Amino acid sequence: MANLVIRRLLHGIVVVLGVMTIVFFVTRIIGDPVQIMLPVEATEAERALLRNQLGLDRPILEQFLQFAGNTLTFNFGDSLWQRRPAMDIVLQRLPMTALLTAAGIGAAILLSIPLGIVAALRPDGIVDRTTVVASLAGLSMPQFWLGLLLIILFGVKLGWLPTSGARSPAHIVLPAVTLALPSLARLAMVVRTAMIDEMNRQYIKVVRAKGLKRARVIGVHALRNASVPILTLSGWEIIGALAGNVVVVESIFAWPGLGLTVMQSIERQDLILLQAVVFTVAVMAVCINILIDIAHRAIDPRVNA
Amino acid sequence: MTTPSTTGNAPGQLLRELLRDRPATLSALFLMLLIFAAAFAPLVAPHDPATQALRARLDPPFWLAGGSLDHILGTDNLGRDVLSRIIYGARTSLTVGLSVVAIAGTFGVTIGLVAAYVGGRVDSFVMSWVDTQLSFPDLLLALTVLTVLGSSPMTVVVILSIGGWMVFARMTRGIVKSTRNEGYVEAAELVGCSVPRIIFVHILPNLAAPLSTLLILEFARIVLAEAALSFLGMGIQPPATSWGLDIAVGKDHIFGAWWLVTFPGAAIALTILSANLLAAWVRTTADPQEREKRFARSAAGRQMRAARRIEA
Repeated sequence: MANLVIRRLLHGIVVVLGVMTIVFFVTRIIGDPVQIMLPVEATEAERALLRNQLGLDRPILEQFLQFAGNTLTFNFGDSLWQRRPAMDIVLQRLPMTALLTAAGIGAAILLSIPLGIVAALRPDGIVDRTTVVASLAGLSMPQFWLGLLLIILFGVKLGWLPTSGARSPAHIVLPAVTLALPSLARLAMVVRTAMIDEMNRQYIKVVRAKGLKRARVIGVHALRNASVPILTLSGWEIIGALAGNVVVVESIFAWPGLGLTVMQSIERQDLILLQAVVFTVAVMAVCINILIDIAHRAIDPRVNA
Repeated sequence: MTTPSTTGNAPGQLLRELLRDRPATLSALFLMLLIFAAAFAPLVAPHDPATQALRARLDPPFWLAGGSLDHILGTDNLGRDVLSRIIYGARTSLTVGLSVVAIAGTFGVTIGLVAAYVGGRVDSFVMSWVDTQLSFPDLLLALTVLTVLGSSPMTVVVILSIGGWMVFARMTRGIVKSTRNEGYVEAAELVGCSVPRIIFVHILPNLAAPLSTLLILEFARIVLAEAALSFLGMGIQPPATSWGLDIAVGKDHIFGAWWLVTFPGAAIALTILSANLLAAWVRTTADPQEREKRFARSAAGRQMRAARRIEA
């Protein structure tokens, strides 16, 4: 167990350092941050000042070490847009993204398990076919299109739900549903496949022959063994939401979280804030990955990778 | 025999099998239609996709009041024909999707082959590289790179290729590693076949079926990624056309003109759905175990089982 945790931690550190190096390489070596962050009409003195503030006038190795030191301590400097530490903005917006992800992916996980089980109990039955077809449709729709269709239906035509901002509890419904549906489709398929596989195993025949109640056979024996792929995919869905899908969903619904921050910092050419968000998300993704591996091991002692 | 023997050439047999699967046939037809429309866009499209018509702004589709057959799917905020823009947008989606899959696929397969064949430290280095890169927040990094470099179709293709080769490498390595231990490969090595001959004649054919499935699935993923980047304003830039870009324009008119968002999005969804269904067909058709299951479910399979019961 300790061995596994150490190995996964090392891998996580490599990922974080990799993301950091790429961001440094792209923003400092391929691109000129001063050129990007300042307006065209900025004076030479303003440019020189920013260049000096960012330490761009020093040797590249020194720049990299300083960048690494600052990044690894989450000290990115002041956001050009809001003129306050970028990390303050990240920490202020993070709870909104956490809330949206928890609501959306949480709902997807909770719904997919009963749905997948019911579908798996009668393969090719009516529930199963409906689940498969609906999942395929859900997987094929671009998420941003799905969100806009929900706005047209529930916001414009029916007028039931608010479509922008986060002023009331009702505001979370549409963004959470948009975030949830593609994940629900993928998760339901995985639960279904895993349960069909388990229900055909010999040990299920044994416990049924022993006269165990059907609910116990499914809920305890089959589900426990099917839980490894379900857990893995659930983790990936959380990571996928944080590391990308919230950007699309939050920008459609103007949900004030990290994803919207990404788009706002791009619009304002605020590389400092953008770096802060990208790095924070990368660290969060790595932590979730390690947690999944540990949970994996706890559920299934056969896992040693 | 698990499959009914059919006479005739291999492509013909494959086509007959495809026609037996209705969703896969429809998907293949849709994709062919799309390729045709994209290739001959100037001939197929009723209008030029960039021509603005100030008097025909935000016209609805023809079946609604105010619509006309001149603009079947309506017009956008600048009076441009929605259908023509969808047809030209297919060019972008297909070009980006196919280029990325070709680049990432070639690179990934080569790397995976080398890793599996050389083995040892090279193999473990390549695989930990793959693992590391698969853990990157790729959309966020793509957005960062595009902010710094500015976006063009070229940068989009390069960035999506850099983020897409790993799955190919991992799959190739897995298959090559397992087939290298097969008896027929060992036999070929023993009789003194050259390494290229072993690779190309004995090992790589095993890759054909899983690679075609993966190529189609990755194509679908890339089309979605390009649409998302363009929707966020960081992919294809106007005056070029792209489905994602058109949906972004439609978003600003969502309260009055639903067709601007709906139709380009439906084009994306149908493309992805077709690719997914076709990939599923390729996977089940090429996999002997899946074929066996399919045969068992078929009428011929039931007859065979019934005949066996009678004999017994």
